[in-house]
Amino acid sequence: MSGAVDTSAAELIEGPADEPRPSAVRRFFNAWLVRRLFKAILTVFIVTTGTFFLVRLLPGNPVDTYISTQIAQTGISYEAAAAQAKNLFSLDPNQPIVVQYFHYMINMLHGDFGNSMLSPGTTVASVIKTYLPWTLFSVGVATVISFIVGIVAGMIMAYRRETWIDHLLTSIGSLLHAIPNYILAILIVVFLGVKLQWFDLTAARGSYTPGVTPSFSFSFLNDIFYHATLPILAYALTTVGSWALVMKSSTVETLGEDYVTVARARGLTDSRIRSGYVGRNAVLPLFSQLAVSLGFVVGGSIFVERIFGYQGIGFSLYNAVSGRDYAVLQGIFLVVTISVVVANLLADVLYSRLDPRIRVQGKGKG
Amino acid sequence: MTEASIPVASIGTTGVSRFAGILRSLRRSPAGFIGFVIVALLVLITAIVPFFLPDVSPNVKEILLPAGSPGHLLGTDNEGKDVLIQMIGGGRTVIFVGFVAAAISTALAIVLGSLAAYLGGWVDSVVVTLADVVLTVPQIVLLAVMGAFFKLDSPILLALLVGGLSWPVLTRAVRAQVFSLKEREFVEAARLLDLGTIRVVFVEILPNMASFILMNFMIGVTSAIYQLVGLYLLGLAPLTGSNWGIMLNRAWIAGAIFNDASLAWILSPVVAIILLLLGLVMMTRSLEEILNPRLRDR
Repeated sequence: MSGAVDTSAAELIEGPADEPRPSAVRRFFNAWLVRRLFKAILTVFIVTTGTFFLVRLLPGNPVDTYISTQIAQTGISYEAAAAQAKNLFSLDPNQPIVVQYFHYMINMLHGDFGNSMLSPGTTVASVIKTYLPWTLFSVGVATVISFIVGIVAGMIMAYRRETWIDHLLTSIGSLLHAIPNYILAILIVVFLGVKLQWFDLTAARGSYTPGVTPSFSFSFLNDIFYHATLPILAYALTTVGSWALVMKSSTVETLGEDYVTVARARGLTDSRIRSGYVGRNAVLPLFSQLAVSLGFVVGGSIFVERIFGYQGIGFSLYNAVSGRDYAVLQGIFLVVTISVVVANLLADVLYSRLDPRIRVQGKGKG
Repeated sequence: MTEASIPVASIGTTGVSRFAGILRSLRRSPAGFIGFVIVALLVLITAIVPFFLPDVSPNVKEILLPAGSPGHLLGTDNEGKDVLIQMIGGGRTVIFVGFVAAAISTALAIVLGSLAAYLGGWVDSVVVTLADVVLTVPQIVLLAVMGAFFKLDSPILLALLVGGLSWPVLTRAVRAQVFSLKEREFVEAARLLDLGTIRVVFVEILPNMASFILMNFMIGVTSAIYQLVGLYLLGLAPLTGSNWGIMLNRAWIAGAIFNDASLAWILSPVVAIILLLLGLVMMTRSLEEILNPRLRDR
């Protein structure tokens, strides 16, 4: 659809589409990227709309609940309570629903998620700004570690097929793949924390030691990593198994490709074949899964952060859910979804850079 | 008409014999067989044994007995209830919800995925867009929110919610498979015979994907159990009755990890959940190897 518009626009600018060879590739990419961006925006739009109606569907509509408790507790008039609610939820309960929805969307575009219901005076945006970076940090570091370790382990397994090291790594990989991250977190707490005393669990709570001022100094970085070690360990260990197993099967498949046989026949060195021919092509399919796994890990942070007391977005989400802080809840839900959408977009762009076939295929389908 | 029924019948039997073949090869792969035995044993034990065991009841005189105490092999919890009996009875809801949720999401995925691919056009666009959106929303976060606000005290409701959110991955896979299958000769023949969309999709095309769908069903069980136990652990699903997730939640809140005597209380559901998920993953992995002969031969 957008492809057709794009071609005609290009024709207007460049004349007949017969001869411009070099810009053709560029046009493909542009069209693909535009369509991918459009998809991302559409997703965010649908989720934002869904959130608006979800909040109104929740039992004991939070807006009405808030107004009635305010009237009961502080004895203020309905108008005053409604005005407060309007401020809190970025929506005015007295307006028709279409107008409310419109205002809600406009506010969201400005990054205005309203105020927290539990801690008056705190905006939802500031809650997110305080907690989200720590989750992105710990999940990001863990994902990079487990991706790299998994790829190396997977290639070792594929090259040493049916040897003891393959069986050993496959068993470990299956075991780690099977264990949920919160179960592993409990085991880490029990064994590394309580039994072996390697980590001081109470000192490691929070995202950094209270009183330490955030700065780009070594001691602060050290402090950050001390607090993030256990969550990173839990995320990385529970995801590394699946990366290794997927990489193993991908490598095994690549090893059977004709171009690898040809490369061998040409007498290229093993290390050259391993990195340039097998590794590069085997790792490609894994990139498309990177974004999905990121979303999964960010979602899983509600369990892991709760168990370690790590103060990221999952921790604050748990507090919002158990405290029925609808405003914060709604904001976090949106922001987590948007970060997953952005991660998906980045992974797709990265993937298409690495494997140009995707762009062409996408073009054909659209 | 009789002529038309011949290929249908023969393809139908291929589907069935293929299913039997999967079970046979599952027995040939040691890891898959061990996984199958673990899962079967856990299902049988949690489903049948509780009928022959006494009900657990709080007992103030026997609070937090360590594992190995007389009469209480795994000790007791902070209300004096026997841990072993709770552990044996605690798998029922977890396994039941896991399987029902996976059945719901698999059914949704088959219907949506195959219709999208077979009908194409706007049906396809709607299904793909919907799948993309649901896939992007972090399900655990949505489940946590919904689980906390709606009283999901019936396991069926919980299974509906979990299953209703986890269809997109398989839907896209089914769609891709049907796209390639619908170009095959036998499907074209069936279409020319005017057998009707429903029949062509469900009788001609789907049996060819039986093993693939079975594998994804087991992946679905695994992830449903992950989400379900996690919700119980955080206390975001109603803590009525007793299951492994609720045991974990109570032991965690009571600080069982800091007390040597109560370690068995928190570790027994941990071990049970790991065993169940490990069994499922081992079955799935060996199925994957059966489905993908390239993995075996090279």
